[in-house]
Amino acid sequence: MAFRTEHEIHTRRKGRNVGVGLMLAGFVVLVLALTFTKITGGDFQIPAAANEVKN
Amino acid sequence: MTDVSLNTPTGEYDAQLGDYFALLKPRVMSLVVFTALVGLLAAPVSVHPVIAFSSILFVAVGAGASGALNMWWDADIDGVMRRTAKRPIPSGRVQPGEALSLGLALSGMSVMMLGLAANLLSAALLAFTIFFYAVIYSMWLKRATPQNIVIGGAAGAFPPVIGWAIATGSVSIEAWLMFALIFMWTPPHFWALALFMKSDYEDAGVPMLTVTHGRRKTRAHIIGYTVPLAVLAVGTGFTAIGGPVYLTVAVVLNALFLKGAFDIWRRDETQAEADDYRVEKKVFRLSLWYLFAHFGAILLEAVLRPYGLGGW
Repeated sequence: MAFRTEHEIHTRRKGRNVGVGLMLAGFVVLVLALTFTKITGGDFQIPAAANEVKN
Repeated sequence: MTDVSLNTPTGEYDAQLGDYFALLKPRVMSLVVFTALVGLLAAPVSVHPVIAFSSILFVAVGAGASGALNMWWDADIDGVMRRTAKRPIPSGRVQPGEALSLGLALSGMSVMMLGLAANLLSAALLAFTIFFYAVIYSMWLKRATPQNIVIGGAAGAFPPVIGWAIATGSVSIEAWLMFALIFMWTPPHFWALALFMKSDYEDAGVPMLTVTHGRRKTRAHIIGYTVPLAVLAVGTGFTAIGGPVYLTVAVVLNALFLKGAFDIWRRDETQAEADDYRVEKKVFRLSLWYLFAHFGAILLEAVLRPYGLGGW
């Protein structure tokens, strides 16, 4: 089966699509880094555990 | 993107990533990043580098979002003014609806992410700043009153307060001093620009002070704001965010700025036209260095402080 021919619009917008893809990938990495930083920080407590401490 | 742009016939211009980036006003964004970073580092609480980086990034995105909303709203007058005619919307590179969508999406995203990365106060301040710039300044003040620049300047003055709030979770007198520095600096900076931009604002029907009260009054207003700005800027040197480096920078630059404002005030239009607004352009350029150097000095004091060198 032949590959589908790439539509002209995909070629035309390639730079834009690659750029958006890279930014989304960067955002994922940033959120991951933020999450690690927050949960490895000294003052982090799982919400349920925090409630138990209060009670 | 919209269906309209999807069905654009071959050969017509397709907006590139750079066009959307231009909607975010990168030069304004760089000033926001710098002043917010200074606010964050000048605060007496240290922040984890990852949290600091992410937070400043979200502040920058929020500032960019408000820039996109401003360009969407002001597309009609941007097209009339020489200085702004090449912006993405008036030049036809980006559709107004795209700018609005981008502005709204990035506003929501940046505020939400700053709330998660730092704290709710900094997120609330960022949300208010976006609202202030896009709605209060762009939609309401800019076309209604010659005080547009004065009150609207508050939007540009918030970033160091947000930076301070990111670090401390609160705001204090030092943060408001940095706010006041930008707030008082904005009118003379923009009025110097308005003087040599000649008919731009008039053509667009924007009631800048030069249009409503004339150039003579504008020249007087510039010096009227520069004097209290100098007092404030030098006075800040004696507070917790100041120090010998800052005080030296403030004394030198405020002396130069006061002289520039005085020179502008002494001149009339005939003199200014004769040398193509040389003094006004010089003061405008100086005003850019003025703000950069003051915040650079605050940053230097903060960086030197742990080594026992910064501050008093």
